[in-house]
Amino acid sequence: MTWMESFRTSWSAVYSHALRSMLTILGILIGIAAVILTVGLGLGTQLDVSAQISSLGSNLLIVAPGSSTSTTGTRGGFGTSATLTIKDAEALSSTVNAPDISGVAPESTTSLSLTANDTNWTTTVTGTTTAWTSVRQRTLARGSFFTQAQADASAAVVVLGSETADELFGTQNVVGQSVVISDKTFQVVGVLATAGSDSSSNLDDVAIVPFSTAATALVGGTSSNAVSTIYLQAASDTQLSAAYQEADALLLNLHSISSTDDADFTISSQDALVSTATAVYQTLTILLTGVAGLSLLVGGIGVMNIMLVSVSERTREIGLRKALGAPPWAIRRQFLIEAAILGLSGGILGAVIGVVAALTLPAVIGSSIVVSPLAVGLSIGVAIAIGIVFGVYPATRAAKLAPIDALRSE
Amino acid sequence: MVEPLANPFAPLPAPQAAVLSAALPAHPWVLEADAAGPVIELIDAGKTYRSGTIEFEALKGINLAIHEGEYVAIMGPSGSGKSTIMNILGCLDTLTRGQYRLGGTDVEELDEIELASVRNQQIGFVFQGFNLLSSLPAWRNVELPLVYGHVPREERRKRASRALERVGLGDRLDNKPGEMSGGQQQRVAVARALVGEPTMILADEPTGNLDSVSTRDVLTLFDELNALGRTIVLITHELEVAQRARRIVWVKDGAIIRDEVNAA
Repeated sequence: MTWMESFRTSWSAVYSHALRSMLTILGILIGIAAVILTVGLGLGTQLDVSAQISSLGSNLLIVAPGSSTSTTGTRGGFGTSATLTIKDAEALSSTVNAPDISGVAPESTTSLSLTANDTNWTTTVTGTTTAWTSVRQRTLARGSFFTQAQADASAAVVVLGSETADELFGTQNVVGQSVVISDKTFQVVGVLATAGSDSSSNLDDVAIVPFSTAATALVGGTSSNAVSTIYLQAASDTQLSAAYQEADALLLNLHSISSTDDADFTISSQDALVSTATAVYQTLTILLTGVAGLSLLVGGIGVMNIMLVSVSERTREIGLRKALGAPPWAIRRQFLIEAAILGLSGGILGAVIGVVAALTLPAVIGSSIVVSPLAVGLSIGVAIAIGIVFGVYPATRAAKLAPIDALRSE
Repeated sequence: MVEPLANPFAPLPAPQAAVLSAALPAHPWVLEADAAGPVIELIDAGKTYRSGTIEFEALKGINLAIHEGEYVAIMGPSGSGKSTIMNILGCLDTLTRGQYRLGGTDVEELDEIELASVRNQQIGFVFQGFNLLSSLPAWRNVELPLVYGHVPREERRKRASRALERVGLGDRLDNKPGEMSGGQQQRVAVARALVGEPTMILADEPTGNLDSVSTRDVLTLFDELNALGRTIVLITHELEVAQRARRIVWVKDGAIIRDEVNAA
């Protein structure tokens, strides 16, 4: 009996129990599609996160108030206390004390309501310096960023994010229009180009004002000089570590703190953020893939189950085939191929559904899914392997049946 | 002894057949059998079934020789051991004592794969319950022995059609067993037994599930096949069926009690 013959025989067996075969295939299909999707989602999310963090700007150090450890043993909340001020930012800008830092952008953020004509829109109002665009790597779609002169004069000027501009003005020409923030009228001087969103905020829904203006007109009181974050740009990749040490030493000195352990601020680099986030998503991916893999295992057990049913149901047929001259290996091969057909069909259908879902789902859930050809190929291979592995026992059982007993069975 | 035709399906008149057989290469097995004597030989054949501590001697050392071209009925009541003889002759079961020689080969010495090949090449089974595969059309059922005999697909189809024509079902090639009567199904089974041109046709109660008309059809078919030189061994408990054979072997309690040429 040739392989082709075995295949024909097995195929007609699968085909003649179409519903049962479909249900068995479904078990494998779901497992394979789940594996492809979870692996794809995991890879996609990792890429998304890396891209978002990179979009913060290159060679970036982020200084946030609050400490990661304290002498009392309690951890200070990251970014919870207002220990950083505009003075810190000014000190870090010094080319003498911090020669490796090329750009400093302090940010003080408040959520405020903006009014233009009759439209209201609440957004994050950020007070910063003119270095902001270069440090955060943002460009302007229209108009220009506020100037140093405007900043010095605490001018009432604002640069809007593209979404904020759309919400307030629709399609109108925005530059030159007026916006009321906290009862003060600001003039729109520019609109930022779109940048998407990072893990915590929408980068296109912002309003940027000079720090001095925010301090005097919008915030006021004791916290007017506080900043929520200071973004530092190192002069180059290789100077990042030097920039880190300069910033650390300078801030400890300014805050009169002797030990790094007592620091009331935290400096983190983009690399650290990327690797932390990547590690988290990798763990999640492994976990989810494990769950998906389990469903594949269940699918495999389903194949074994149906193959055992198939063997006992066809005991007479097996006996007859043996009486007509089928050697044990031909019987074993027939059932192994049958199991492999179930596995392979499940694998291919699962891969197709997985890939289709990977292409269509991102539009719905908003995070990218990366289909890796390796994962697709591997899972189809695994599906066949599952069919064969779980088919070995039933097939061997069929091959071992004594023809005389098999012929007699009802 | 009459040599069988290389092609048993063409019902040629006997003299012409003899001329033809000289020109065609005979089955290699046939030559061997002629040299060695009987094609089927049971020598002091015994079979004891064990179930736990209980032993049951189904065959008590029987001797039986069947020659090429014979039509033998093995006749006996149920429990006489005739089914055991059938299983032994069909290489479906092995002896616990004695020897079974098929075409000069001691079957007891063969392994499972060789036994499969012997069943495939030398034995054509006809069962009481037809044992057709219900999902396959008639011709696919008939070609099964050829599938395991490594015959190419094209030739299988041709030979299966010829075998079905021989049993009078040339117009039912593509019918599935469920679309045929019992008598037709048994004729498909006979075609399947014929198609591989085996040394013998081994029929186990072939008419047990048939009405009298179909019984007559099938038995007439056996007569015709035997007239063409086929060796037929028929196992039955019905005297009228056994009487169609040319030799009747009576079996009772695991032993042969009478072995006679059928005068009728």
